[in-house]
Amino acid sequence: MKRKPLSITSEWTFDLIKEYDREISRIAESYNLETYPNQIEVISTEQMMDAYSSVGMPVGYHHWSFGKQFLSTEKNYRRGRMGLAYEIVINSNPCIAYLMEENTMTMQALVIAHACYGHNSFFKSNYLFQSWTNADAIIDYLLFAKNYVTHCEERYGEEAVELTLDSCHALMNYGVDRYQHPYRLSLVKEEARQKEREAYLQLQINELWRKTIPATEKENSDINKKRYPEEPQENLLYFIEKNAPLLEPWQREIVRIVRKIAQYFYPQRQTQVMNEGWATFWHYTILNRLYEEGQVTDGFMIEFLQAHTNVIDQPAFDEPHYSGINPYALGFTMMSDIRRICENPTEEDKRWFPDLHNTDWVKSLDFAMRNFKDESFIAQYLSPKVIRDLKLFSVLDDDTQSELEITAIHDDRGYQNIREQLSNQYNLGNREPNIQVYSVNRRGDRSLTLRHYQHNRRPLGDSTFDVMRHVSRLWGFTVRMETEHSNGNIEISHEIEIAP
Amino acid sequence: MVPPGTQVILGAIFVSQIIDRRLNGKNKSAVNRQRFIRRFKNKIKRAVSDAIAGRSITDIEKGEHVRIPEKDISEPSFHHGSGGTTENIHPGNKEFTAGDRVRRPKSQSGKGGKKASNSGEGEDEFIFELSRDEFLQFFFEDLALPDLIKTKLAKLETEKTVRAGYATSGIPANINVIRSLKGAMGRRIALQSPYKKKLKKKEKELQAELKRFGEYEPHIIALKNEICVLKKKVHAIPYIDEFDLRYNNRIKQNLPTTQAVMFCLMDVSGSMDQEKKEISKRFFMLLYLFLNRNYEKIELVFIRHHTIAMEVDEENFFYSRETGGTVVSSALELMHDIITERYPENDWNIYAAQASDGDNWNDDSPLCRELLTNTIMPLVQYYAYIEITTDVHQNLWHEYLNIKSKYENFVMQRIEGIADIYPVFRSLFKKKKV
Repeated sequence: MKRKPLSITSEWTFDLIKEYDREISRIAESYNLETYPNQIEVISTEQMMDAYSSVGMPVGYHHWSFGKQFLSTEKNYRRGRMGLAYEIVINSNPCIAYLMEENTMTMQALVIAHACYGHNSFFKSNYLFQSWTNADAIIDYLLFAKNYVTHCEERYGEEAVELTLDSCHALMNYGVDRYQHPYRLSLVKEEARQKEREAYLQLQINELWRKTIPATEKENSDINKKRYPEEPQENLLYFIEKNAPLLEPWQREIVRIVRKIAQYFYPQRQTQVMNEGWATFWHYTILNRLYEEGQVTDGFMIEFLQAHTNVIDQPAFDEPHYSGINPYALGFTMMSDIRRICENPTEEDKRWFPDLHNTDWVKSLDFAMRNFKDESFIAQYLSPKVIRDLKLFSVLDDDTQSELEITAIHDDRGYQNIREQLSNQYNLGNREPNIQVYSVNRRGDRSLTLRHYQHNRRPLGDSTFDVMRHVSRLWGFTVRMETEHSNGNIEISHEIEIAP
Repeated sequence: MVPPGTQVILGAIFVSQIIDRRLNGKNKSAVNRQRFIRRFKNKIKRAVSDAIAGRSITDIEKGEHVRIPEKDISEPSFHHGSGGTTENIHPGNKEFTAGDRVRRPKSQSGKGGKKASNSGEGEDEFIFELSRDEFLQFFFEDLALPDLIKTKLAKLETEKTVRAGYATSGIPANINVIRSLKGAMGRRIALQSPYKKKLKKKEKELQAELKRFGEYEPHIIALKNEICVLKKKVHAIPYIDEFDLRYNNRIKQNLPTTQAVMFCLMDVSGSMDQEKKEISKRFFMLLYLFLNRNYEKIELVFIRHHTIAMEVDEENFFYSRETGGTVVSSALELMHDIITERYPENDWNIYAAQASDGDNWNDDSPLCRELLTNTIMPLVQYYAYIEITTDVHQNLWHEYLNIKSKYENFVMQRIEGIADIYPVFRSLFKKKKV
């Protein structure tokens, strides 16, 4: 039965957005997508650039690096070098999504399906987001952070706050707990506890160092003393917040703020392929359903498909605009492939995915979305067909060899290898150097030693010294970096000395 | 799939909120932008200095593209450097099979195609746009201008409030009493007069009737009543009404601006090197900027001289080099000729700025003084002379001191650095001629 289309021109109105949203929502529910309530905000281009440069935080403290981001976004946009993203969506409850006023009705519908139902349901159901972020409290927490930073600026001067923030930002990627669960955030508790913590922490620090003021002779039985910390610590910012001897209480709080925000964004960094793949799969499925129902016109569909095709475009490695694997393309291909395996499995699929074929695809896809992150998702679901379709191949680069080696291609021998390699590639632990707090000299010069556990002989980048300088600013005493080479040798690779 | 009934209920719970945020402020990033500029002040300042060297004097009031080396403003992070072994997956295989060995691509040798997100795209310059105000800020800072002057210069237009008759609306403080009462009186006269006329007539009638009849005759009572009503009517006209109020009206008027001509005189003999010329350029720019506030139209005349003077365009003025001796009077003579020929003093405000390193042919200096005192100073609004040198003063300086004592609008200053330029203009800003 053909129905009258919702709209026939490309102009949007608030009423139309409401209608489209209602229809899209109806279809999303028929597929059992669970979502937070949506808050759709229509904004102008300038506002989009603002949102862009605050890295997706709807309220943020002030810092020059966001200004830098803004200036470069603005410049690129003005020169037509870059189209702005169609959408920004925030993992909060209600889920905030931005629509740009310049978009056509088709694009608005695409964004609503993609962000308000795709990303939104991912935020609500994926295990990483559930256990690491608290969508109810994030906006409140960001507000608390902004006010606190402003308050500090008034009391201690903009420059002092800026220097502390700079140092924290340099360590932001090392401010996450990769394995433990964080505490839940709540504005009221946060504010009350902040005062308490401030007083208590300082007390504790004083205590720690008072007892450890270099003793003249009595206690030279240090040899049997345990190392501190007993186990290497992966969360550098946490360790600094709790143990740095010279930080003022407000500086500790700022370290904590940056750490909390890093933690909040951590799941997004771990689920790029899945998250984008999921959202893209659903905008594609939902809008096609709208078309089948006769709610949208052919013109709408052509415009939509063109945008969709651009989004999932994957240039080959030898094309000029190639810049790595496009998470939208990989994610969308894999999500669609899971549906295909459930509905029309081949013999090969039955061998590779015995649990998947002939199941309800909506349920199987939902399971995959809830329980994986990029790394494990690829390890579990990358099928030979996807490898063949994308013509994936693996390149080994060993700097002791003069040539690169192709280790696997899309053939029977290569599938497993490619699957493992690609999964590794999305393991954040492999992307970033493994650096942990190794020891603190509590009785001597109070120096802090970090250890870099080298993997595959990969050295640290050239900005390491600069980062170490930031570490030393926070720590206040000598800091050094040891590198543990793949062969077990340990050497001091970077050191910044500060006289005690 | 969910049965149709439940869909409706669910839909009712999760109604999306749609909010129009377009009217909210769009300058959320303004603070961050300022922070960025403050943070890299020194680097931007250098970029601005370079930009000034490349600009024409009249071009001072625009924004500017600023370039800063990317590495100066990068935010460091721990990341992998090149080296070691990496294995990466790429799409779009065409002819490779497992075990193939291929040459390392040159452009990203060692990187192995790693998409290191923190290494950027190899762009080594960060370019952004500085607004006009921000640009002027940096320009002023160099010159050590006092804040008051900065705001005066940065303001685009000068306006004056003038009285412009009366308005029917305004604030109580602006009520014009006389005018309002005049209006009220007129209105009262106009509105009351028909009743008053009638009243007079009736009163006369009453007097006449009273002589003939007793007081309680019905028609006399009726007459009295009529008079009573008329009196009430006259009284009912208010003494003053909102309608009568008149307010002093003030409007903003752009200041009458006129035209000015600015003479730039510069010694281009061998001893004036490029650095001295750059300083002179700032000096001319500042004068231009000041004149620009006060005059709608400014013409620039560039005169360069060594032993002979020549009128040139700006490009030649700053960038061509000459050698040889110096005869300042040649420039002054040329300037005088140009004034008499093209800029009659009745129509033009004439400003002159002269930059030199103080060298002059000794016999020429007294001649300069004479020329200035007798023929030029009476014509010009202002004459500024700067001597860019660290040597002892020469003849010309002493001769000029003479002029200074005679004319208030002649200023001179020895300059060693850019910050010394401003004092030259101090009196100019103080007077603020209109």
